[in-house]
Parts: sequence; structure tokens; C-alpha cells
Amino acid sequence: MRKLLTFVIALGVIAGAAGLWLTRPDRLPGTALAGVSAEAGRGEQLFWAGGCVSCHAAPGAEGEDKLILAGGMRLESPFGTFVSPNISSDPTHGIGAWSVDDLANAMLRGVSPEGAHYYPSFPYTSYARMSVQDIADLKAYLDTLPASDTPSAPHEMGFPFTIRRGIGLWKLLNLDPDWVMADPGDAVLERGRFLVEGPGHCSECHTPRDGFGGLDTANWMAGGPNPSGPGRIPSLLPDALTWSATDIAYYLESGFTPDFDSAGGHMASVVSNMEKLPAADREAIAAYIKALPVN
Amino acid sequence: MKTRIIALAAATGLASAAAPALAQDFDAVLKARQGEMRIMAINLGILGAMARGNLEYNAEMAQAAADSLVAVSQINQRPLWREGSDNMSIDGTKALPMIWDDIAGFRADWEAFGKAAAAAAATVANGQEALGPALRGIGGTCQACHEAFREADS
Repeated sequence: MRKLLTFVIALGVIAGAAGLWLTRPDRLPGTALAGVSAEAGRGEQLFWAGGCVSCHAAPGAEGEDKLILAGGMRLESPFGTFVSPNISSDPTHGIGAWSVDDLANAMLRGVSPEGAHYYPSFPYTSYARMSVQDIADLKAYLDTLPASDTPSAPHEMGFPFTIRRGIGLWKLLNLDPDWVMADPGDAVLERGRFLVEGPGHCSECHTPRDGFGGLDTANWMAGGPNPSGPGRIPSLLPDALTWSATDIAYYLESGFTPDFDSAGGHMASVVSNMEKLPAADREAIAAYIKALPVN
Repeated sequence: MKTRIIALAAATGLASAAAPALAQDFDAVLKARQGEMRIMAINLGILGAMARGNLEYNAEMAQAAADSLVAVSQINQRPLWREGSDNMSIDGTKALPMIWDDIAGFRADWEAFGKAAAAAAATVANGQEALGPALRGIGGTCQACHEAFREADS
């Protein structure tokens, strides 16, 4: 009996340890940045592709003020309300004091410099498809942007979502940096796949989520309920979106649909980022969308 | 008992009569709002088709389209955006309640559209290459207003 009890306790300890090990914040290897040198110009392009401004500019900021990444946007979800943090170049309230390694761990692994898990409202599930080089370039550009001393506000989560360790388990199920679209074997499509599945993080709204908030990749880009607010996000699949590739590229450049309605809601903000990309990038995104399979 | 039944019947009668009357009340303003947006879209479509090379550039047609946008911008908007005609209160609209929370911002966005339309009307007859900048100017004002005040596309 005592032997059995010892065995059960030992098993419990092992299971607990395994659980802790599996859900631990998983940082990049220390050598990840070897030989990487940054280029701010490339970083600026990734900045617009990544749509950082859409969540991290202060609510209501317009024009040049959008480059002050003071945070404060409220993102409501079934799990609680997320409040976007200050990621300006301020060393105290922003991320000005972060190393490239810190930003890489945040964006590719969803781990903070203090070693805690980030909530996936920060779309690292998509950003994880970027390279360490991309992050270094992005950091070089972010460092050139103005500082804001607005302190970040805490998220407003209810129990049990306040336990960040649980995100480790969520990541085991949902953080997969592999491409969703199989190797397209074409340079334009490959660029489109990088932009859409990576920095552009289009799937974070255009793909439906399961009950735990993970993307249902079997219904990739099939649209679904708005993850933050009322209404639905439209499907981008060929049976639903019948626009031509040039129509899609023009929409991303101008916000005008083929019948000259104009983008609304959060998509208007997406367009205001996409319009700053080179035309070839918008064409690559359009090509990727046109290559999505019929559901 | 009888009085109670009558009171109940009267109350239900009132309630059921009130609900459709409410939606009907806004029928005309919704038609007017959506109509003016449609007129904008059609005229932007003419400028856009010429800008993209899908329609041969014609200075007179471009001018007429831009003038129509200016005309829409001059329509009195106040009677069209009555409180209670948002997408949370009634069906058939994408107008967000935020319009009435920030009516000054909403009016400023509409004025910005008017300015961009006037700027377009001053340039679109100068040649096909003037259309791109004119459309970007107007499109920016469409987006700014839609981002804050219109429900996301679905």
C-alpha cells in the first residue's frame, strides 16, 4: 500500500514537472541572432505589412501621430478585454530598452523579456512565420519612432484566463510557425504567403476560431464571427470573394471595392497600412488570396 | 379581472404597434443616407475606372462626376442622422452608435470629404494623371469616417 502511494505521488510529481516543462515560456536559442545586421528601411516595410499601428497607435490618433505607439486600444474578446501596450521607443514605458533578442522572443515565441507568456491577442501565431532577420530590421525601424511616456494599462481578464501559465498549453496546440498553404512553387505566391500568413496576420480575423480561441486552420480564411465585437468577418475563399486579383490589389491600395463602396471598420485601418506597401506586395497578397482553395 | 385583461391587451397592442412604427420612422432617412452613399460610389466608380484605365479618360465626364461628389457633400446631413437610427437600435443600417457619441468627429469627417471632393473637382479635368491623387484624397476621407463610424464589412 505504501509502495503504491509512493508510486502515485512520484507519478504525480513527474506529471506536474512534465506539465510545467511543457508549458514553460520557450525562448529562442541564444545563438539565433548570430550574424544578423539590421536595416531600418526593410523594417519600415515590415512595419506597415505587420499593421502595428492599427492596435498600438493611441485610439483616435491621425496622421503623423499614428507613429506614436502609445497603445491603449481596447480589444474585447470572450476571454476578457485586452488593452494594447505602449511599444514606443520610450525606454521605461515603451520597448526602447529592449534588445533585438527581446523583440524576437516576443514576436516569434510570444514570450516577454521577463519570461512570461503573452496573450495571443498579440498575433505572434502569425508573426512566428517571420525570420529573426525580419525582427532585427523591424526593431531598427521601431527605434526611429517617437517615444511616449504613457504607461501601459493592464488587460482586464477574468479567472482562469488570468493564469498566464495556461497560455503555454494553448501554445502547444496553436503556435505552429509552419506555412498553411503548401509550397506554392512561384516567387509571387511565396511573397504573398509570407505577407498574408506572416506579418499581415490576415487569418487572425478571416479564419474562424475554436472554443479555446485557436484558429481553425481546416477552415483557413473562410470568415467567421468577428473575434472582437458584433458582426462577421467575410470569407476570402473563391466562392465568396469573386473579385479579380487587380480588384483586390486596388482595394488594398485605395479602400475602394469594385463597385466603389469603401472599406469599413478595422479593415479601413488595414488598408491605410497596406497602401504604404510597394504595389508588388499588394499584387502578391492578391495572388495568394486568388490561390486559396475552394472550401 | 376584466379591466386587467383589457389593460394587458392594450399594453401588448401598444408594444406591438410601437415596434414596427419605430423602424418605419427611419425608413426615409435610411433610404436617403444609403442613396447619397450610392451616388458617391457611382461617381467615384467613373473616376476610378478612368484612373485604372478601364474607361477612356474624358475630361467632361470626370468633371461631372467630381461635381456630383461636391453636390452630395453639400446636402444637409442633420436631418439624415437622427438619434436612434444606429445598427444596435434598428435593422437595415451599418451606422454605429459611435456617430452620436462623437457627433463633432462625425461632422468633421463629412466636412473633410467635402474639402477633398472640392479639391478633386478643381483638378480632374486637367488630365488622366490627376485622377489618382484626387481619388486618394477622397478615399482617405471615406476610410477615416468608415473606420470610426461604420460597422465592419461582412
